[in-house]
Amino acid sequence: MRDDFKRKLAKLALYVSMSLPFAQGAAAAEPLQSIGQGEGVLNMVAWEGYAQPDWVKPFEAATGCMVHAKYAGSSDEMVALMRSGGGDQYDLVSASGDATLRLIYGHDVQPINMALIPAWKNFIPQLQSPAFNTVRGVHYGVSYEWGPNTLLYNTKVFPTAPTSWSVIYDPAYKGKITVPDNPIQIADAALYLSKKDPSLGITDPYELNQTQMDAVVALLKAQSKLIKKYWALASDEIQLFTSGDAVVGAAWPYQTNTLQAAKVPVAETIPQEGATGWADTWMISAKAPHPNCAYEWINWVTTPKVQAEQAIYFGETPANTLACKEMDKQQPGSCEQYHANAPSSYFDQIKFWKTPRKDCGNGKDDCLDYSAWQREWQIIKG
Amino acid sequence: MSLNRTFSVLGWRRPGMANAALLGLPALWFAALYLAAIGALLVTSFWTVDDLSGNLIPGFSFTNFQQLLSVPVYTHIALRTIGIAAAVTITDVILAWPVAYAMIRLAGPRLRAAMMAAVMVPLWSSYLARVYAWRLILAHNGLLNWALMEIGLPRAHIGYSNWAMWIVFSYLWLPFMILPVAASVERIPPSLLEASADLGERGFSTFRRVMLPMALPGMVAGAIFTFSLTLGDYVTPMLVGGRGSDFIGNVVYSNVGVTNNIPFAAAYAVLPLGVMAVFLLIARKLGAFDAL
Repeated sequence: MRDDFKRKLAKLALYVSMSLPFAQGAAAAEPLQSIGQGEGVLNMVAWEGYAQPDWVKPFEAATGCMVHAKYAGSSDEMVALMRSGGGDQYDLVSASGDATLRLIYGHDVQPINMALIPAWKNFIPQLQSPAFNTVRGVHYGVSYEWGPNTLLYNTKVFPTAPTSWSVIYDPAYKGKITVPDNPIQIADAALYLSKKDPSLGITDPYELNQTQMDAVVALLKAQSKLIKKYWALASDEIQLFTSGDAVVGAAWPYQTNTLQAAKVPVAETIPQEGATGWADTWMISAKAPHPNCAYEWINWVTTPKVQAEQAIYFGETPANTLACKEMDKQQPGSCEQYHANAPSSYFDQIKFWKTPRKDCGNGKDDCLDYSAWQREWQIIKG
Repeated sequence: MSLNRTFSVLGWRRPGMANAALLGLPALWFAALYLAAIGALLVTSFWTVDDLSGNLIPGFSFTNFQQLLSVPVYTHIALRTIGIAAAVTITDVILAWPVAYAMIRLAGPRLRAAMMAAVMVPLWSSYLARVYAWRLILAHNGLLNWALMEIGLPRAHIGYSNWAMWIVFSYLWLPFMILPVAASVERIPPSLLEASADLGERGFSTFRRVMLPMALPGMVAGAIFTFSLTLGDYVTPMLVGGRGSDFIGNVVYSNVGVTNNIPFAAAYAVLPLGVMAVFLLIARKLGAFDAL
């Protein structure tokens, strides 16, 4: 009897402790009510190319907030940086969709008062309250820009664009393939397999059960014998294509832009299977020492002008629909080129990065979570 | 009596106090920064991480060690690391001998100084600059392949591979082998070599039976550097390694800086600690510490 009671109590304690993170995540501190005087300093964790002098310098002049940017090479690194030193080292992070939920449920970021972000109402509808940064109606970040992960290829080796991702799994290009050194790369293979082998029943490349994961890992292990190098930084991949060590690989438009500017014979394409992609969100640390400057920054970079500058520089698509006109003004034809005027069907065909979780989203609970993805990735790389 | 004099008298009358005064600060430094850090590492290796929030959970569990032993990839990575460290050490011994011998036994004083400078000069430039230079040399259209094509040979595909790592590591740590080997060659009295010749030994035989054993402590001392520096490196594998080139350090790096799984990183970092402890015990047996 006593034992039974104890066991019940232990069970109850377990349930409470398990539900606690979610409860806290949804009921965190009150967001800022108005933007006050800037604190003079702003520390941020950002993707390479997200804090360019073109828009940082005018921001500093206008607000007096001096920007210190720390570049991160992966979403995992961003999460680790935001948690370093107790979480008050950085004010802001440009988190991609595979990091945002980890930051929200880890209580690392604070709710945002959208009434203070005037540009928000002009965002494309899918990016106003997306599931990866808005939990139960509470906004934990402001969407920024988005884009696809593309297939980059050497035009001397491929006179016409490859139509399938199969080329990066093809033994014909052994030793000349490069893909990102990032566990989320598993989703690229899952997307390819979902089309190539429908019997696996992969409906979402981020929701894989053990059987599906085993099939994906088998494909990636076979691929690893063909890989020249798993690139960690965009500049690594640029060097590999410049020197001719790699002729085909998975990339971001940023690499294509940089390589083409350097007259390297490369081009990019989105093959028929579709593509994974990223949608980035500016999030404010829960313990941000400079919240006013952080709000000022978010408002600065969501203006059509900076949205356009960022889009053209990185080769991605702005969240603010008003940026299209501005893009064409800065570089004629760029609005069309970077899909800033594309219909929402284009947005919907990209499988955006998100954090893999046990919850499969179809009522089942047997999917592999991100730590399992990380383990599998280490095994694939060997 | 001045204060200085008080101390010097005290130090003379009680030698223990003098020693304590001299060693106190370094000992504190050693205990606080080095031993405490290793202690923290060992303690953390038994902790775990909450998957969802990423918070550390203090406690005592063997989860990390179990995972290290049960997933074969971590054994492979450890063996790769130790294997390449050993290969680099042997390569450096072989490369260091002729240089050290020529420097000490054959060169005149001026040439000797010049050779010493040539060995040391690379250490003045940044480690990264040297690794990047090798990356350019070994790349597909790099210097090496250009030279091979010029003399009509096929391209070598060693850029971004374990071969590249072996070459680059051997280059990077060579000075650390040449210097102790040269020092130990210098300590061999020339009269012994003459005696060996007088007793009828040929050159190579003298080298093998007189010089090699006498210079062994120097070689082992150099091996401590080349082996431990390779064992702990993670930058070279990142820059010149290819697929499947991760070292223990890379797994530690990605678990700390990227995955935020510090306990797992700590558990894996215990391994090189153990390997080096064994290595140093053997080195002491072979008299390496007398040669330093």
